[in-house]
Order: sequence, then C-alpha cells, then structure tokens
Amino acid sequence: MTDPTTTTPATTQGSSHAAAASAGATSTGTGTGATPASESGIDGMGPNNTSPTADSNLTDGADILHQQPGMTVHLTGRAASEALPEKPNGIIRCEDVNVYYGNFRAVTGVNLDFGFNEITALIGPSGCGKSTLLRSLNRMNDLVEGARVEGKVTFQGADMYAPEVDAIEVRRRIGMVFQKPNPFPKSIYDNIAYGPRVTGMKVSSMDDLVEEALTKAALWTEVKDKLKQSAFGLSGGQQQRLCIARTIAVKPDVILMDEPCSALDPIATVRIEDLMHDLRKEYTIVIVTHNMQQAARVADRTAFFTALADEGTGDRTGVLVEYAKTSKIFESPDDQRTEDYISGRFG
Amino acid sequence: MTSIIDRGTTPLGHRRSKFSGERTPRALIFLVLIWACLAFSFLFLLILIVTTFIDGADRFTLSLFTEYPASSPDRAGARPAIIGSAWVIGTTAVLTIPLGVAAAIHLEEFADKRKWYNRVIELNVQNLAAVPAIVYGLLALAVLSFLGVQNKNIVIGGALALGLLILPVIIISTREAIRSVPIEIRQGSMALGASKWQTVWRQVLPASVPGIATGSILALSRALGEAAPLLVLGALVFLSFDPNGLLSGFTTMPIQIFDWTSRPQAGFQELAAATSILLLGLLVIMNGLAIFIRNRFQTRW
Ligand SMILES: Nc1ncnc2c1ncn2[C@@H]1O[C@H](COP(=O)(O)OP(=O)(O)OP(=O)(O)O)[C@@H](O)[C@H]1O
Ligand SMILES: [Mg+2]
Repeated sequence: MTDPTTTTPATTQGSSHAAAASAGATSTGTGTGATPASESGIDGMGPNNTSPTADSNLTDGADILHQQPGMTVHLTGRAASEALPEKPNGIIRCEDVNVYYGNFRAVTGVNLDFGFNEITALIGPSGCGKSTLLRSLNRMNDLVEGARVEGKVTFQGADMYAPEVDAIEVRRRIGMVFQKPNPFPKSIYDNIAYGPRVTGMKVSSMDDLVEEALTKAALWTEVKDKLKQSAFGLSGGQQQRLCIARTIAVKPDVILMDEPCSALDPIATVRIEDLMHDLRKEYTIVIVTHNMQQAARVADRTAFFTALADEGTGDRTGVLVEYAKTSKIFESPDDQRTEDYISGRFG
Repeated sequence: MTSIIDRGTTPLGHRRSKFSGERTPRALIFLVLIWACLAFSFLFLLILIVTTFIDGADRFTLSLFTEYPASSPDRAGARPAIIGSAWVIGTTAVLTIPLGVAAAIHLEEFADKRKWYNRVIELNVQNLAAVPAIVYGLLALAVLSFLGVQNKNIVIGGALALGLLILPVIIISTREAIRSVPIEIRQGSMALGASKWQTVWRQVLPASVPGIATGSILALSRALGEAAPLLVLGALVFLSFDPNGLLSGFTTMPIQIFDWTSRPQAGFQELAAATSILLLGLLVIMNGLAIFIRNRFQTRW
C-alpha cells in the first residue's frame, strides 16, 4: 500500500485540498482567524487552548498556501475559509481517562481534546480501545455491564460523569452512529421522529423536522415518496444515512461515529464522507475508522492509538500514541509507531 | 490418460457399497425404531381423535351450545360449561398477561443479573413451569381459604388457579421475545437520548408483541384444557344457570367432559365426546392463531 496521503484524490470536495495542511503550519503568528468556536462562545476552555485572537482575515490561510513550496499532501480537508486552529478548543476533553471492563483496563491514560466544528479521526489496530473510548465520550459505556470510567471527561467544560449529570441528557447532546446500521423496525418517518418525541423537543412541525434531517443526511430525495414505508426496506447505505439523519434530528452538538462505513460499499462510503464534510459546519464529529484513506480524506485531526502490554497485569491496554493535525500524522508523525501503522508496516 | 492420484471418479448417485453412510445396518435399525415410536404415538392420537369424532358427531348439534346439563342425555347440553370456560379463560388472561409481561420486563431489562436473589428468582420461574397443575389448584384453594372465601368455586378463584399455572409460561415466553430484540435497537434508542424506560416501552415492547401474543395464546390454550386445578376448588358439574360475573359459580368444558364420561349412560359418553370435539377445535384454532401471529407479525431482524 502506498502512502495514502499522497495518493488520495480530491474526490469529495472541490475546494482547495491543501488548505488543511497549510493552515496549521502558518498559524503560529498572530492567529489564524475566527473559528466558528469563537463565535459560539465555548472556546477558551482549557489551558492548552491557544485562544486565537479574533483576527478574522479568512483568506489568510489560502494565500499562504500557494507560497508553500513542495507541498505534496492532497488532503481534502476543510476549505481555506475555515482555517484550522493550532490546538483543538476542547468541546469534549479527556483528562487521564482510564476505561475498565470489570478488572480489565481497556484504555489507559488518555488525554485528548476534541475541537468544535472539527472532524477528529481515531485510528489504530483492532482491540486498542477506540470504540471503548468513543463510547465513554457520551456515556454509552454505562450500558455495558461492568464498564467504568476513571479520570475526567468534560463536555463544554462540565464533567459529564459528575453525579448530578444525567446520562440521558449527555447522550442527547452527543449523538452516536454505530458500525452496523440499526434502524428501528418502524417507518422511515417514525425513525426520524422518534428522537424528538422521546426527548420532548418542542417541534412546531414534525414534518419539517423530518424533511430537514433527511435533507441534511442527503437522503431526502431518495425517500421522500416512501416516508411511511418500513426503514428495513432501505439499502445498507441508505439505512446508515437514515441513522445519521435520526441523530441529526435531535440536534446534538457532537456526533460520534464508530466505523460508520465499514458495512458499506465505496459509493455509499463516499456519500457518507461528503455528508460529514457538510455536517462539520454545524456539528463536531468524532469518527473511528480502520480506513487510513478515509481518515486522511475527512479528518481535520487524527489520533493514533495502539495496544501496549500493561506492566502490572500483562493485559493489553489501549494508549494514545500521537494526536495531531491529520496532515502531520500522515506526513511527518513524531512517533515511529504511527509511521509504521500509517505506512502499513504494523497493525 | 492415467493419473497417479486415483480420485475414484464414481458418478454421483452411485453407491460404492451397499451399506455406506446412513445406510449401515445399525443406522437403519435405529431409523426404523424411531419411525416405529413416532408411528405408535401418532396411531394412538389418531385412534383417540377418530373415536371421539365417531362418538360425538351425532351430538355435536346446536343443542350442545344452548341446553343446560340435565338428568337425561337427550335434553342435556354444555352451555354453562362453554360460557364458564370463556369467563375463566378471559379472566385468567386479564389477570396473568399484564403481570407476566411486567415480571418478564423486570427480569430481562431492569434486574441486575449479578445479584444472587435475581438469579434465584430466575431459576424458580423455570422450575415453576414444571410444577403439576393440581398443585396450583391447592395453592389457589389455600389463598381463597386464607382470604375467608366461603364458596371457592367462583370464576375469580378458577382464574387464580389457572393464572398461577400459566404465569411462569408467560414469563418465560415473554422473556424470550424480549431477548430476541437486538441490543443494537436498545443502543440506537439510548444514543438518541431516550431513557431506559422509554426504550423498553417504545422499542423493545412493541417489537416483542408478536412473541408475547404467541406465548400467551399457547399458555391460555393450556389453561383451557385443564380440569385438575379447578376440581380441587370443588367444581360444580350440574349448572343450571349461565356464569355471569367474577363471583359467579362456574363450570368449564374439561370439567363437564370429566363428569359426563363418569356416567353410565351412553348418551352422556356421546355428549362428552361432542364437547371434546368443541374443545379440540378451539385448541386447534388457538394454536393456529399463535402460529399465524408468529409468522405474520414477527420482525425479522
Ligand atoms: N463489553 C466488553 N466487555 C469486556 N471487554 C470488552 C468489551 N468491549 C471491548 N472489550 C475489550 O476492550 C478492548 C478494546 O476493545 P474495543 O472494542 O474498544 O477495541 P477497538 O479499538 O474498537 O477495536 P476494533 O478496531 O476491532 O473495533 C478489547 O481488548 C476488548 O476485548
Ligand atoms: Mg471498535
């Protein structure tokens, strides 16, 4: 397998590909510009947030791009107008997170910040705890018998495992799309309407909400004539987009996706990736993927995990090896293990 | 052209030996034995059904449904027994199904399976399903005596005995139906911000309704054919009124059949056979309905 970052064609978005790579590299100066986060007022939450001053020269990144010599990475990242801040602002933050299943520690010592309106990819070999970590980001792990989270996971600065926090509210704000499409045995319409109904959302017109969610999930034109039909009649790719639409309908802030394309064909995969690009404008996305190309194509930042043998017990436990902008992870990772994994020599 | 490796190219369908695979003498003998067992039991069933039909066909008339028991077989019918069966089974269903479903939901979705007392309950539910029916009659008798009920042969008493009898069956079949709903559906619901209770009520339960209905109908059809627990309660056999309420005295079809078969007159034997035909027909219909519901409405995940 060749280095995916240099071969990835600009399949999805027509905008300038190298923006993601360059924007970060040039942002050490006076600040790369206004991120959507600074407009929404939830930035500046952590000490490692560089807090770019609101200098909103939005074309800045794109201009410098052309002066960058020898740029070979073709990442179809974000458009130049949405320059990526140097550090993620941490809408969700993990501090020294350990996750246990009974006595087995599946994930050890993870410190990780996720940026608002960014797509973050979690990659790593099978069994290194990516799904485990992902599920602990919206307390889905509560549903697994014996699962336990140590350390601190915050959402918009608030500890989501604090006793006064309602796990149901956490899951409403942080939605999840699963590996296998899991539509409910109901009509397409009712699949979408289910979330707003159970969460008691004030909806002026459910029909409009259903249409909006399906449109955002790029499914509306395909299903608008059969909303009352069973969701089981859809293809796998359509079902997965239905599940995304269902998640969008409750208007979460963050969408977690655990290998959302692993059951889909390449065309359906491209559609979902396109969709993620569109969704990033309004949502924060965290995606687990085994597909390097996919991480390179969609993610702004990438976190590489691996499994290490625990000194004490000898059990294999997942650790975070490296977390950086996707361009850096795929071009010049700091850690040898990352490079080995990316280039297919490991895992 | 010859090959070093002889694949022995026997054409399909051509047996290499007279006794290959399933056709060894031992396998054949075993097969014949199994068939003999099946044929034997089937034969008895057939004889039973055929003789019942021959005996009862002449008496399977409208008067069976309209007449009250009488001292002469020519004037007698099973009207109170038919109505009584309907009352008792209806009451049993109303009492038992909600209770059994609720118990199953608790055990499957909410009870912490690591706790020892929940495991004890689980084990006991399984065991209760195997307890002889008459024991439940005795239990109902004891409960009614404890409550100070004088006349224990009342509809609600019979429903209590039959309800206790089929409760474990309903719990077990409901649990199976609930368990067949994939975990992904629950996760999908919870991930949207639904509570556990909403998930159970709006996803798990609707998806298990066909399974619950099937199990409940089969359980009720068992209750419909039971006589023993009701006899313990002191069942009436000579009712000259229609059972008309929960506290009304009653008799049921199996009890009526039981009573008529113990009489010497041939006419009563024929009446018993005719009532048996009715009972058999009802059971076949109920079982058919259960199968229909399962095949027609069961979600295929
Ligand atoms: N419900 C569970 N109970 C006990 N152990 C679990 C459970 N789920 C996962 N594990 C263990 O935790 C470790 C991490 O699993 P996890 O599913 O998070 O890995 P992953 O990185 O998502 O792997 P994959 O890429 O194959 O999906 C594994 O060793 C796994 O056996
Ligand atoms: Mg996984």
